[in-house]
Amino acid sequence: MSTPLLQLIDVSKHFTLHNQGGATLRVLDHANLSVDSGECVILQAPSGMGKSTLLKLIYASYRASSGRICVRDSAGETVDVTTASAQTLVRLRRESMAYVSQFLRVIPRVSALDLIAEPLIDSVDSDDAVKCAHDAAKALLSRLSIPERLWHLPPATFSGGEQQRINIARSLIKPKALVLLDEPTASLDRANTGVVVQLIDEARAQGSAIVGVFHDSEVGASVATRYVNVADFRGSV
Amino acid sequence: MSAPLLQVRDVSKRFGDQLALHSTSFDLWPGEILAVVGESGSGKTTLLNLIAARLRSDSGSVHFDTRDQGLQDVFKMTQAEQRLLARTDWGFVHQHAADGLRMDVSAGANVGERLMGLGERHYGRLRAAATHWLQRVEIDPSRIDDAPRNFSGGMRQRLQIARNLVTKPRLVFMDEPTSGLDVSVQARLLDLLRQLTRQMQLAAVIVTHDLAVARLLSQRMMVMQKGVVVEAGLTDQVLDDPQHAYTQLLVSSVLQP
Repeated sequence: MSTPLLQLIDVSKHFTLHNQGGATLRVLDHANLSVDSGECVILQAPSGMGKSTLLKLIYASYRASSGRICVRDSAGETVDVTTASAQTLVRLRRESMAYVSQFLRVIPRVSALDLIAEPLIDSVDSDDAVKCAHDAAKALLSRLSIPERLWHLPPATFSGGEQQRINIARSLIKPKALVLLDEPTASLDRANTGVVVQLIDEARAQGSAIVGVFHDSEVGASVATRYVNVADFRGSV
Repeated sequence: MSAPLLQVRDVSKRFGDQLALHSTSFDLWPGEILAVVGESGSGKTTLLNLIAARLRSDSGSVHFDTRDQGLQDVFKMTQAEQRLLARTDWGFVHQHAADGLRMDVSAGANVGERLMGLGERHYGRLRAAATHWLQRVEIDPSRIDDAPRNFSGGMRQRLQIARNLVTKPRLVFMDEPTSGLDVSVQARLLDLLRQLTRQMQLAAVIVTHDLAVARLLSQRMMVMQKGVVVEAGLTDQVLDDPQHAYTQLLVSSVLQP
């Protein structure tokens, strides 16, 4: 276990806007970062400095302009997400990497309960597995104080805070080695934020490595084991 | 994670002076859903018809991992072999359900036809399979003896899907399966497709011009413009961090409701 769970080596990200006269936005340059299991690294910097960009690069939603981003997968192999095949990335995300955004991507007609249970049912399809997944989903829904009358409804009509809690539950129900949090508590009240802080602490205690962005610095402080300033990743080149 | 289910190499198509599809290659893996997006006339449907062997390619090869004999070049198969493949391990869902259904025979017969083609003659079993599949696609089994001519557009499209999936194919080609349906009907069909592809570990190539449909159903995406694949990658990569000028235009042109 000498290699870190996550390692960014000289990562840069530039966006070229072809339909805006080819303007280039240099968002990150020479980002270097290592994160181990059991750490919770909070990214700091004013808005627009590339905190979310960094998370999306790690999740491979954004493609790095240069550099390497290495993640250790569940078999202990190192995967460079900047060069990995689509199949490898899909597997890595399913088994080892969670990304919690601020917004729930609603799927028509799928109930909150099924939506949350889905990551646990992905690979197995026995009735027992489905029941276990539903039980786990119900436990999470209760902890996050989603009223039981909503469990069997699709979350399209839920409030912003309710949708955000469904999203967190869906993202965290299956333990992952690397958890990326992009302002997951932005529209939650204090009590629910407290539950999310507990869930994050539990994931860390189980050995997950966590990298997060929190608008609310108090919430960040309650989960952080280390801070990194993303403004440092704006090379002078 | 064994081998690709489908290996497409250098297929291309010219219609007269018009080059409809430049040389195109890609792999599709078991259980993977690939969306092909692009505006009308970009060559998406031509590509789909070539790889499904419904249209003769000017070049290249398409290898499919058959159940019995492993990787086989589909273009080199006899017509009889291609037809057998098309009604067993493959499915093809047309944009217009009327192109994929027999409109004047009963819904039950539409579903049972592929099974009969494989030699099933037992009326009770055919009827049971048809009933089961009508239920799976949310058509009231009491409509089993009605012809799809009397069905709504959404029902016809669901019946077309049942007709294709009854032989448990491993690969389904879909040409704009949801366009032409109104939005509420579309949502139902999309959810159904999403469920069925997951439950059956189906691989699919879905041609669509609707980026939201691609986002919901596919893991991987290819963007086509003027007969060329200009960009490919994970669906969220292509939609959230488009690299090519055309993809950037496509993504930024969508109205967010």
